[in-house]
Amino acid sequence: MNPKRKKRLMIVLFIVAGVGVSVGLTLYALSQNINLFYSPTQIAKGEAPLNTRIRAGGMVVEGSVKRDPKSLKVEFAVTDFENSVPIVYSGILPDLFREGQGIVAQGEMDAEGKLQAVEVLAKHDENYMPPEVAEALEKAGKMPKPQGQEFNK
Amino acid sequence: MIPELGTYALTLALCLSVLLAVIPLIGAQAGNLLWISFSRPLATGVFAFTAISFVILTHAFLVNDFSVSYVANNSNTALPWFYRISAVWGGHEGSLLLWVLTLAGWTVAVAWKSRDLPADILGRVMGVMGIVLTGFMMFVLFTSSPFERLLPNAPVQGADLNPLLQDIGLIIHPPMLYMGYVGFSVAFAFAIAALLSGRLDAAWARWSRPWTNVAWAFLTLGIALGSWWAYYELGWGGWWFWDPVENASLMPWLVGTALVHSLAVTEKRGVFKSWTVLLAIFAFSLSLLGTFLVRSGVLTSVHAFASDPERGFFLLMFLAITVGGSLLLYSFRASEVKSESSFSLVSRETMLLVNNVLLTVICFTVLLGTLYPLFVDAMGLGKLSVGPPYFNALTMPVGALLMFFLGIGAVTRWRRQDLGSLLKQLIAPIILAVVLGVGTLSFRTEGATVWTYVGVILAYWLLLMALTDMLNRVRRRGSSVWENLRKLPRSYYGMQFAHLGVAVLAVGIAMVSAFDEQRDLRMAPGDKETVGNYTFIFEGAKHFEGPNYTSDIGTLRVFYKGEPYDVMYPEKRLYTARGIVMTEAALDPGLFRDLYVALGEELENGAWAIRLQFKPYVRWLWLGGLMMTFGGLLAATDPRYRKQARREQKKMEAARA
Repeated sequence: MNPKRKKRLMIVLFIVAGVGVSVGLTLYALSQNINLFYSPTQIAKGEAPLNTRIRAGGMVVEGSVKRDPKSLKVEFAVTDFENSVPIVYSGILPDLFREGQGIVAQGEMDAEGKLQAVEVLAKHDENYMPPEVAEALEKAGKMPKPQGQEFNK
Repeated sequence: MIPELGTYALTLALCLSVLLAVIPLIGAQAGNLLWISFSRPLATGVFAFTAISFVILTHAFLVNDFSVSYVANNSNTALPWFYRISAVWGGHEGSLLLWVLTLAGWTVAVAWKSRDLPADILGRVMGVMGIVLTGFMMFVLFTSSPFERLLPNAPVQGADLNPLLQDIGLIIHPPMLYMGYVGFSVAFAFAIAALLSGRLDAAWARWSRPWTNVAWAFLTLGIALGSWWAYYELGWGGWWFWDPVENASLMPWLVGTALVHSLAVTEKRGVFKSWTVLLAIFAFSLSLLGTFLVRSGVLTSVHAFASDPERGFFLLMFLAITVGGSLLLYSFRASEVKSESSFSLVSRETMLLVNNVLLTVICFTVLLGTLYPLFVDAMGLGKLSVGPPYFNALTMPVGALLMFFLGIGAVTRWRRQDLGSLLKQLIAPIILAVVLGVGTLSFRTEGATVWTYVGVILAYWLLLMALTDMLNRVRRRGSSVWENLRKLPRSYYGMQFAHLGVAVLAVGIAMVSAFDEQRDLRMAPGDKETVGNYTFIFEGAKHFEGPNYTSDIGTLRVFYKGEPYDVMYPEKRLYTARGIVMTEAALDPGLFRDLYVALGEELENGAWAIRLQFKPYVRWLWLGGLMMTFGGLLAATDPRYRKQARREQKKMEAARA
């Protein structure tokens, strides 16, 4: 091989190695940081892993919100109208959090079957439902009608 | 009747866009100057009619014409007039009309500002802009017309603008962001024109540069404004969430930043040509991808308000045609491109190459993290989301590397430089930066991580290298320092400003990530809490009535080291039309720290859930963004571009005569 080709080959090999390593690291980082979504029914069936960060969501069950009178601890249940899962959260709930509203919570399942949430998300549009929740509700055949005002043609 | 005129004007604009897409291109291909000369009036016509339809929609909002479906869904008689104007782009349809208006604005600006451009290039640029315009006009008219009526049952009252959008940040954030997004279409058009004509030379880069700089500056400003708005209006004090829609705007910015630098190399040295073209194509494609992600509703995001598969499909097709077509053209033409010079390993060219590679790598990782959940979902493998730790883990080291090389690049010469002389210049600043950085942070080590040190040290590093470069330039020759400073071109100062903006941004990120303090509390009237040197006393909340909302306003007395300092009034609003609750945080902004108080929900006996936050250096984030914006605009307005173009035209005329 002449020196010029050799140099080129080295460069190509170098680039391939660099790209390989960075793609590998990226995929590893990605695999460490994905949070899977589980519907209340899936959780009830025991599909959700313990002590792993997951996302769960559904409609907040009417009358289920219980507050601790001393702190910001709050407990409530979300449902896909088939099953429901209790969620424990300590902190300030989002503005749109209310009973009957679709929410998504991130956290870990504990041994008692409660989701210890570190984050509760509700979207800023009363007709908007997180796609995961909508799909879970549709699967269970319990999709509610939108309640907010919307004008259609 | 008037809204129908809006549709009519938009339809006319579409017709003119089709002509703009066809006539100048054919003219350029056939060398017919008359046909090319149609591009200016056509571009003006497209802009005028789009503007008319935009004004008509604005008018419908101002007079509360609720027979127009879009107005009924996004406005209300109780809405103040300025929010009625910003409501024009508060929803999907109007927002796209603004998109198209911005695109038409850029087109007409290029048409009238580029008198010095050779006719065939102008014709091709205009033709490409016309094609893009046609695509988006069709999108608006066929899938998202804002003028659809609700007749005969027009409502008496509108649904109101989403309260989240009733804010000064939302009046200016979307137009700025769109200016940037859409502005990359100009860089794209220039790139395609160059490919079509086969004239990929330094002149091409010079024409394209000011436009790309302006677009990049607006995109920077738009992103910074979005972050600022999220911080006080939505984020409970967060400033970047790695939300897919944020990522959608960050990706074109990253590639755009690479493009701005790569264009500089192409112009100055005649190398990286095909790479630059590819970046221009990708910057615009990513803008389109961003529009698709935001507008198709495939994302779970604060921005995802409604979904409509038809719209998503249209945009996806448009994206596929644009990317596919331009890459096809690229693959035919790129092999003909020859570099005009060479460079050695130690040179500014290499440094800028490293800059490009690193920026592309960041963009790729962001793209992967953003699209991966969509991909998995589409394959039916489950629902998942990618968390911020992924993005932080990858962008921080690469970003740090980028800053390190940016410092070196600033003092490296074009073409080649002796490694020894370069290293000699680097050693002192490296040591000094480490000493200064560690020294600065020694006042406060609690909470600092390795990345805090890296960020602050690199910020000093950038500052020192900028000064070194200035000194190198000023010391040259015999003339006085002042004279030399004045002789430096405007684009040089633009560059320095933007690079110092990076340093300021890095300080902001490092400090606020390490030292911010947050308390979520249950506070009854009289309760006291101390955060840092500040003590907050809650005095209860009272009820008030606003124009289209009712609110509870809390009162907190703030003491600084025991002395009375401020009174803060965080607010909780209930927007009556939609029944939406909004948090209006109380802020005490400062250059070195923000105090941030937000009301959560009311608990029993007058107690409230309250979030108290101490945010050091958070303003530096947006200050850095503003400096970059300013730098970009400064560089774009360098008189050099105009002078050079005029000189070239004279040369061409002389050659012709």
